[in-house]
Amino acid sequence: MTQGAATAIGQPNAVAMAFFFVFISITLAITFWAARRTRTTEHFYAAGRTISAGQNGFALAGDYMSAASFLGIAGLVSTTGFDGLIYSTGWLVGWPVVLFLIAEPLRNLGRYTFADVVAMRMRQTPVRIAAALGTLATVTLYLIAQMVGAGGLIRLMFGFSYEHAIILVGIVMIGYVLFGGMIATTWVQIVKAVLLMSGALLLALLVLLRFHMSPVALFAAAAERYGDGVLAPGKLVSNPLDAVSLGIALMFGTAGLPHILMRFYTVPDARAARTSVFIATGLIGLFYLLTFILGFGAMVLIGPETIKAVDKGGNMAAPLLAELLGGTPFLGFIAAVAFATILAVVAGLTLSGAAALSHDLWVSVVRKGRADAREQLRVARMATLALGVVAVGLGITFKGQNVAFMVSLAFAIAASANFPALVLAIFWRRYTTAGAVTSMATGTLATLTLIYLSPTIQVDILGQGHAWFPLKNPALVTLPLSFLAGILVSLLAPEPGASAGFTRLERQTHLGTAAE
Amino acid sequence: MSAVDSRLADLDRARWRMALTLTGATVLLYFGFIALVAFGRPILAVQVVPGLSLGILLGALVIVASWVLTWIYVRWANTVYDPQVRALLESGR
Repeated sequence: MTQGAATAIGQPNAVAMAFFFVFISITLAITFWAARRTRTTEHFYAAGRTISAGQNGFALAGDYMSAASFLGIAGLVSTTGFDGLIYSTGWLVGWPVVLFLIAEPLRNLGRYTFADVVAMRMRQTPVRIAAALGTLATVTLYLIAQMVGAGGLIRLMFGFSYEHAIILVGIVMIGYVLFGGMIATTWVQIVKAVLLMSGALLLALLVLLRFHMSPVALFAAAAERYGDGVLAPGKLVSNPLDAVSLGIALMFGTAGLPHILMRFYTVPDARAARTSVFIATGLIGLFYLLTFILGFGAMVLIGPETIKAVDKGGNMAAPLLAELLGGTPFLGFIAAVAFATILAVVAGLTLSGAAALSHDLWVSVVRKGRADAREQLRVARMATLALGVVAVGLGITFKGQNVAFMVSLAFAIAASANFPALVLAIFWRRYTTAGAVTSMATGTLATLTLIYLSPTIQVDILGQGHAWFPLKNPALVTLPLSFLAGILVSLLAPEPGASAGFTRLERQTHLGTAAE
Repeated sequence: MSAVDSRLADLDRARWRMALTLTGATVLLYFGFIALVAFGRPILAVQVVPGLSLGILLGALVIVASWVLTWIYVRWANTVYDPQVRALLESGR
């Protein structure tokens, strides 16, 4: 009998249920508390700008560390060794870019969405529409990947049916966002980040106890059993251009993720925004360093074959490790942490999508900014409900599909549509309405087209013999293309009003409202 | 343009220089690592001590160095940039 058959994964686990119940109770209590403080759109979208730098640092980390990175990377390392670590580094290096280029100007210029900053000195309607489409494309793809992952994961861990799992996630998540807005969402992220970090730390500690507290001894044991090859680059990066393209998507996509950007509006000023990125980078970096230990720990203590026998993708490496080292109670804790992780990420995504629908499309485009405060809040809540229902629908529609590529697709769109528009709007005096719309539209459409023509869709999903476009991730082509389109169109048709606006906003961009 | 305005413009430029330099450093750091992964497999396979390959060491260093870069920026912004801006704005009142 293999070790895989002896696992309690997939059986209803009383400890997991208990932890899960405690998490839901605490977060719903937070939501109840937050709901009474959510009276205006300022509260609903930006938590009244009262979140401290430390709190926002944890919330950013909570928003960013998805179940995919916890379970997926640990699984990848446990089955491929070093190759998985390429992802661990890639997922972190976007954060310095967020800090250096985006966080402070965004906080100084905008109110609720990144479109606020792009549209600031432009004609509102076209820019808002383009930015909202970029946001919704990113959010929807990310949501599909999270929901499908959630359904499979919860089925695997708790034994619920896929549909029940999706509906449960949908209902709880809508509850957080609808009633508690950004205040509740922030605190759910903080609770989740603390749980995830302590779970990962504890698990890594238990692994290291078996290796005299030495990570090097752990790596040596892996090399001894599975060959020195597990400590060096392997087959995953067979095409260097693919690796560079994925790297570009991860690095600059992070700085274009709407749900991350939105978090900078929740702090009181640029200084707090700055400090919060520093804290988030430290937390996320530590977390990815821990994935080294969790991944190799699972490889040595459980073995790639057993891990793949439980789940082909390797996603159960961390839970299996928890069960081996801490028994069913620890497995239950890690399962509940994974569930909390999914809930928190989809809540953040839904809120940022709802902001694009209500703040950018309804209030700015349809009502031309003439909606009163009550209407704005009502529309924001309707958008939340609609988006939550759509997310559940998409989760069920895509059941059983290979959606892992959708996360890198979301990053590719964020990097090629949102990031160039944001950077040019902040940096470049001569950027115009037409330029902004062209760069966002080019980035989104080129990314979708090239992904469709890539090996990911043509070969892996449609089963074609070859793909017209060679790269799995298109960011290497689409990010420069989007910059180029935006710059060319702006130079061809100057817009004096937009340039004058740049001068007017220059001080505020760098110095904040204190400089006005 | 007043003296305060031109001093503020200088500070602006200093901030962008810092931001772009550090962004460049991050890009070099990460894509240097990726280039090694793609073209330098034998180098990354070298074990510094048994068990610790250069690949794992450098991967961990990329993470730590990214964090150190954010620390450098935050420290500079908090101790150099912010006080100067504040002093200028107060003198301009």
